Amino acid sequence: MKPCMERIYNGILKENPALVLMLGMCPTLAVTTSAINGFGMGVSTLAVLVVSNLVISLLRKVIPDEVRLPAYIVIVASLVTVVELLTEAYVPALYSALGIYIPLIVVNCIILGRAEAFASKNPPMLSAMDGVGMGLGFTIALTVIGLVRELLGAGTAFGFEVMPDSFAPIAIFIKAPGAFLVLMIIIMIMNAVHINTRANKVVEGCDGCCATCAKTCDTGKGES
Amino acid sequence: MTSLIMIVISTALINNVVLNQFLGICSFLGVSRQIKTSASLGGAVIFVITISSAVASLLYDFVLVPLHLTYLKTIVFILVIAALVQMVEMFLKKTSRAVYQALGIYLPLITTNCAVLGVALTNVQNGYNLLESVLAGFGTAVGYTVAIVLLAGIRERIDEDVIPAPLRGAPIVLLCAVLMAIAFMGFGGLS
Repeated sequence: MKPCMERIYNGILKENPALVLMLGMCPTLAVTTSAINGFGMGVSTLAVLVVSNLVISLLRKVIPDEVRLPAYIVIVASLVTVVELLTEAYVPALYSALGIYIPLIVVNCIILGRAEAFASKNPPMLSAMDGVGMGLGFTIALTVIGLVRELLGAGTAFGFEVMPDSFAPIAIFIKAPGAFLVLMIIIMIMNAVHINTRANKVVEGCDGCCATCAKTCDTGKGES
Repeated sequence: MTSLIMIVISTALINNVVLNQFLGICSFLGVSRQIKTSASLGGAVIFVITISSAVASLLYDFVLVPLHLTYLKTIVFILVIAALVQMVEMFLKKTSRAVYQALGIYLPLITTNCAVLGVALTNVQNGYNLLESVLAGFGTAVGYTVAIVLLAGIRERIDEDVIPAPLRGAPIVLLCAVLMAIAFMGFGGLS
């Protein structure tokens, strides 16, 4: 059981996908207008991530190496469609709040990145636990960012009034610039206390963060 | 006619794809160090998004809707976009060496750019026809290019400046993005 727990610890703290690896920035910024939206997005991604890691790990010896990326994309896209239909059927409020960002889970770097970096090389159980860890890390990060923005921008937390009446909500926090601002402050604090994030070593163009991107680097080098 | 112009203005400025919808953030933050490279990437994005939104719109209207397979749109669109980018790359390599060298290395990168899939899905959601989809795609890509070139311009200027230690790296880029996003909110008055 030990390596499994290690995967979860790794996903939540050591390699938190949103805050340390800086993957999946689009949903991190776009849907965190409230804590509940961030949580919903995190859970949707978690579900896709666990199942895709499991399926890809089970199929890792069957999928030929040359066509692995298209194969992964088809698997992930099918799972995302399932999640999309389930959300539409059972949590319509969340479905309309997240809108286009649910189908866009397909192009979330975290999922293809974990498929390529972990699930394609490890046994099913461990890969699923890696998905759980990464998914939880993503969910926690999104919920926290959403909570901060909701608290400052609307004076509520998970929809409940928590701020005193004298507090005037700073609306910009739930608008677009607020997303960049909160993320900036979080990374700035992490920099100040010397927690290394991938953002500190930003590499021009592509740094192999995600699978398809890494492939680009390989072929790019091959041709030049 | 005015509604068509409005689509372009709305997608390019009012609902800017990067600063308002947060699509394509990875390349917006990653490939914005120099104006020259970001302009080339912007060119490639305009090219790919315009073509892909046309193809996605045609596919949706004439294949997925008649066959009642609209729930498969995500899978179909992502595969079509990936294949399309590959084809555009091969086509450019064979026909136009100069264009390929300017845009070529960015083309595969665009497959994972969520803006491409995002535009295709938004067009379908809004029920746009072929012409409207192409214009929306073009407008979105122009908006992306404007944002990334502006950011690159700012980054070239602040490159030499002394920046407080915690702000170095990503935070200062995000700070520029905050200010740009605030400025772009002003376009909201146009709608």
